[in-house]
Amino acid sequence: MTENIFKSENLTVRFDTPDGEVQAVSGLNLTIAPGETVAIVGESGSGKSQTFLSVMGLLAKNGKASGKAILEGRDLLTMRPRELDVYRGRDISMVFQDPMTGLNPSLKISRQLTETLEVHQGCTRQEADAKALAMLEAVGIPDPKSRFRMYPHELSGGMRQRVMIAMALLCEPKLLIADEPTTALDVTIQAQILELFAQLKDRFNTALVLITHDLGVVAGLADRVFVMYAGRVVEEAPVDDLFEDPKHPYTKALLASTPRIDTDLESLEPIPGRPPNLQRLPKGCAFAARCAFAEAQCREIKPALNPVADRRTCACLLVPTEERASA
Amino acid sequence: MSKMLLDVQDIRTEFWVSGNGLFQPKRKLCAVDDVSFSLREGETLGVVGESGCGKSTLGRSLLRLIEPTAGKVVWQGKDIAGLSPEEMRQKRRDMQMIFQDPIASLDPRMTIGDIIAEPLTVFEAGLSKVERRGRVLDVMDTVGLSGDMLNRYPHEFSGGQAQRIGIARAIITRPKLVVCDEPVSALDVSIQAQIINLLQELKRKFGLTMIFISHDLSIMRLISDRIMVLYLGRVVELADKADLFADPKHPYTRALLSAAPVPDPKTARARQRIVLRGDPPSPLNPPSGCAFRTRCPLAEARCATREQELTPVSEGHEIACEVVAETGPRLA
Repeated sequence: MTENIFKSENLTVRFDTPDGEVQAVSGLNLTIAPGETVAIVGESGSGKSQTFLSVMGLLAKNGKASGKAILEGRDLLTMRPRELDVYRGRDISMVFQDPMTGLNPSLKISRQLTETLEVHQGCTRQEADAKALAMLEAVGIPDPKSRFRMYPHELSGGMRQRVMIAMALLCEPKLLIADEPTTALDVTIQAQILELFAQLKDRFNTALVLITHDLGVVAGLADRVFVMYAGRVVEEAPVDDLFEDPKHPYTKALLASTPRIDTDLESLEPIPGRPPNLQRLPKGCAFAARCAFAEAQCREIKPALNPVADRRTCACLLVPTEERASA
Repeated sequence: MSKMLLDVQDIRTEFWVSGNGLFQPKRKLCAVDDVSFSLREGETLGVVGESGCGKSTLGRSLLRLIEPTAGKVVWQGKDIAGLSPEEMRQKRRDMQMIFQDPIASLDPRMTIGDIIAEPLTVFEAGLSKVERRGRVLDVMDTVGLSGDMLNRYPHEFSGGQAQRIGIARAIITRPKLVVCDEPVSALDVSIQAQIINLLQELKRKFGLTMIFISHDLSIMRLISDRIMVLYLGRVVELADKADLFADPKHPYTRALLSAAPVPDPKTARARQRIVLRGDPPSPLNPPSGCAFRTRCPLAEARCATREQELTPVSEGHEIACEVVAETGPRLA
């Protein structure tokens, strides 16, 4: 296997709230190879976004990250903001869910794009303009010359998301983090953006982290998948294996509760109850209360993330460790 | 066959929006443009389309929550367009609505018990307090809420539970028709499945007729009997569910279906995606002729000149595309 571009070790994110401390992400270990697309799947509150906001140094004021987040040998979590600025936007960049709030409404598209180039690459205005225009073209914006002089509000949602992606890709980052990049978009526009990601991946060999709740988006784009529940990874697997033979009961339940466009289903199998309150996490497995297979031991022992097959891990007491089939 | 409940004829809803500048004239926006369909008792009609296609406006226009500009809405043989506000109010007992944002559609200062009971105080004012409470507890049980939540306030509930409250309020008067406007879009997948199953159960139990508005075709596939596809305020295809998924005809429907993500990597890779160019045009300035022609892979010169009428291509299957109606669907 090639050298990892990104690696997190025991990454933990805590928030101080008036009601006490909340642990949004607990002891996360993940690795990403160059050019790889990794999907982080989970429902709201599973910690999938906070994980990478902490990596980018973008946590809210009351948030605190511990552990390590290593980008090419350098731990981002120990850096001061000034130091972080050297890497953010150059080696690692992020695309957000809502393209309107991610762009500055009072700056023209041109200025927002060229800023990173001038800061990180010391380009002159003319060089930066030329590069930015070329990038707008690369992300499929029709008539980029006239769009270049527009303000964000003059563009449609899909167009703004393309601008955000162009902005994130300008310095050809090694790692691109996309947090629900298509959730706010219509289906036909979503298809365009997903297609764009697939093309850009090939062209720039960028490693991509895709944070999403949509298993359909994962199936279409990811190489490897991490499933998160209540701040922990419960399962990790190559994309084909995960959909073909999900190991963790939560992953199984999630797949069974997803409506499908390609087959007729009589009804869905919902997951009973709802995710636990992160402030009052149960002693044992966080999913036990909703799990169809839960046993007495599940409420007592917190399962560790163990290898269960080739390149696969799973955090469930009932899934045997290593190479054997699931229960 | 069951009885006709609703017959909608050429309904049209227009809005006047402010012009480009302070002294510019107001502009007309046609959100729903001559939509016609009928609905039998017990049937579920799915209305699907992207943002701005007029699907929510259509739902609201049917209940006259937004006053339609023209057209007829014939409810059990009688046109409700001419009814006085008071008469209309009485009719709404039979037609209820479930909204997209479950928390925002509940009054934060009313208890759950009062919210669910409110339709009864309007439509069945003769009920005693005890009877009303009995009915509320009854309906709470039906939607899966425990009775001890009666005195709590909306902010104490999660999105899924709040949607159950919205559903309880909608069905307590035992309506014939429920219009569901994106009832599960704001919910997580695992909770979404709970609500979809609940709606299906209610449909079976009470023989509810439903209009289910959503942008998500995979949910439509579960819950609808018939599906209507809207684009820029106009119906482009109307068909039985089985027909629509097996043999979608209109180029827009085909694009929508192929763009919807499939939660299976092998199918996803094998599938041929039709990726539409560009964005939907502004409803303030729709293209001439067929509104879809600017993004349509099959567009011809004649598409710019004629508006497309909905015409049957087979039993119960109508499309608004003369190109496909003549030559059959092709891939570009």
